Amino acid sequence: MSAHAAPAVPPGRHARAGRGRPSLLVQDRRLGYLLVAPVLIVLIAVTGYPLIYNLWNSFHHVDYLAPPIGGFAGLSNYAELFTGHSFLPALLHTVGFTVVSVALETGIGLALALALNKPFRGRGIVRAAIFIPWAVPTVVSAELWRTMFDPQSGFVNYILTELHLPLASTTWLDGTWTAWTALLIADAWRNTPFMAIVLLAGLQIIPDDIYQAAKIDGANAWQTFRRLTLPLLKPALMVALIFRTLSSFLIFDVVYIMTSGGPGTSTQVLSYIDYQAFLFDLDFGYGGAIAIALVAMALLIAAVYVRTFRIEEPA
Amino acid sequence: MSAIGRKAGFFLLLAIFVLVSLFPFYWIVITSLKSNAVLARGTTSLLPSQITFSNYADDLTKQDFVRPLLNSAIVCLTATLLTVIIASMAGYALARTRIKGRPLILGFILIAGFFPILALVGPLFIAYRHLHLLDTYPALILSFLIYTLPLATWLLSSYFSQIPRELEEAAIVDGTTRMQALRKVIIPVALPGVFTAAILSFILAWNDFTFSLSFMTTPSMYTAPLAIVDLGQSQYQTFYNLIDAAVVIISIPIALLVIFAQRRIVTGLTAGSFR
Repeated sequence: MSAHAAPAVPPGRHARAGRGRPSLLVQDRRLGYLLVAPVLIVLIAVTGYPLIYNLWNSFHHVDYLAPPIGGFAGLSNYAELFTGHSFLPALLHTVGFTVVSVALETGIGLALALALNKPFRGRGIVRAAIFIPWAVPTVVSAELWRTMFDPQSGFVNYILTELHLPLASTTWLDGTWTAWTALLIADAWRNTPFMAIVLLAGLQIIPDDIYQAAKIDGANAWQTFRRLTLPLLKPALMVALIFRTLSSFLIFDVVYIMTSGGPGTSTQVLSYIDYQAFLFDLDFGYGGAIAIALVAMALLIAAVYVRTFRIEEPA
Repeated sequence: MSAIGRKAGFFLLLAIFVLVSLFPFYWIVITSLKSNAVLARGTTSLLPSQITFSNYADDLTKQDFVRPLLNSAIVCLTATLLTVIIASMAGYALARTRIKGRPLILGFILIAGFFPILALVGPLFIAYRHLHLLDTYPALILSFLIYTLPLATWLLSSYFSQIPRELEEAAIVDGTTRMQALRKVIIPVALPGVFTAAILSFILAWNDFTFSLSFMTTPSMYTAPLAIVDLGQSQYQTFYNLIDAAVVIISIPIALLVIFAQRRIVTGLTAGSFR
């Protein structure tokens, strides 16, 4: 290894490799691999291994409630995705939820970031206040909005009644569309701050003199936003969109706690049915097929964004 | 005149944002202070009446919420400590040594960070069962590293690469070995970055619900977020006052972290993103 590595040394920077002693470059590399090994071992153990295990399971009968286990199943687990009753509706729910929640959170998050980008007194406190919902656990946001939407002890129906608005006697989590509304609000409340923080960081690296120049050229606020801010915000927007789209697509905790996929199966999402396949039905073959589908779609989403925005790899 | 109007509109908008962020917290706090009798009357006012702290006392005694809190603290702090050690080593190696395949390694770590959590649950469940790790801390600690390591490694690698190389070289010229230089010069300078990584890792670990739900089957091993979901449920009624008292309790450490380390969290969260 050392003999091949030697020519890569920049001239004059390193001592020559001695007879018995490895060169500084080799020592440096050895140290590097040693230090980077633990993170790779852990991450491969908790992602690579389950991925391969899922792949194997998905082509076999691994249903602990219907032994025997381990026979070759061909594509039957994947066929069940399309012939069964749970996967396609869950896919539709998940895609719909992802599109609506990401659009909503991007719109509000952008407005929030633009507002917070202006200097004003107490900006730090305002930023902390807006940021807290992201930092608290998902369980907090789910239980909190379950309380808020409760017909009896909640806030939502109380305020609708006081203001004589419609829907004041809705049992939110018992209807399909009202349950989705509650889930959407709980999700947006917790995640819009993240969107805003990432976009704000993107806004803050745009140099001020560009805006001065635009002002001198007589550009109005909309033109400045459209032609300057938005294009320069592209990298931040991509980072925020990838993060949010994927985590929205993989939503689980909020659904499990607020609706358990109900009423009926009307708020079941992909992660939820995968959880059910694994830990209720103990069918690791079908669960594995859903898992592989999830991984493939997550990769597809990331690839589409990277393609659309055409950002170079981070150095 | 219109400038004043715009300024008023701006502050009105901000006020709405702050209100929407914080009002739900106010609501769970006042709900947590209601007695069962007050709760049963339904919502009659936006202000609390007849405040009682009995739900907090109840959670911490009768409802055995202390044990889950302790479980969460042990698991999250251990995962945070491990993350900081492993990610500092890797971050240094990626920023400061000439290992081959650096973009590949960083790319893999990034992708691992986006991995669908639910896709991991089945295989890990089987593996932990074989290893007799279900219902144990190590199962959760190892699983939590998937939340924490990708962000922490990216963050620390970008942090280490900002430390001037001369600092380390000067120490080595002065006759210290590389490991000594690392321990005495680099780590002290990198401490703020390590601290940021620790705070973010703790927040991400504290957030877990999925892994506890999947790998912890006896109530005494539940983490706090999981225990909350079982709390205050009876056949006929949901006791939101008990639930919300527990929700307030688990939000407190996080709220304190955000208030005291807001700037650090925000820069840490965005540092890895644009480099």
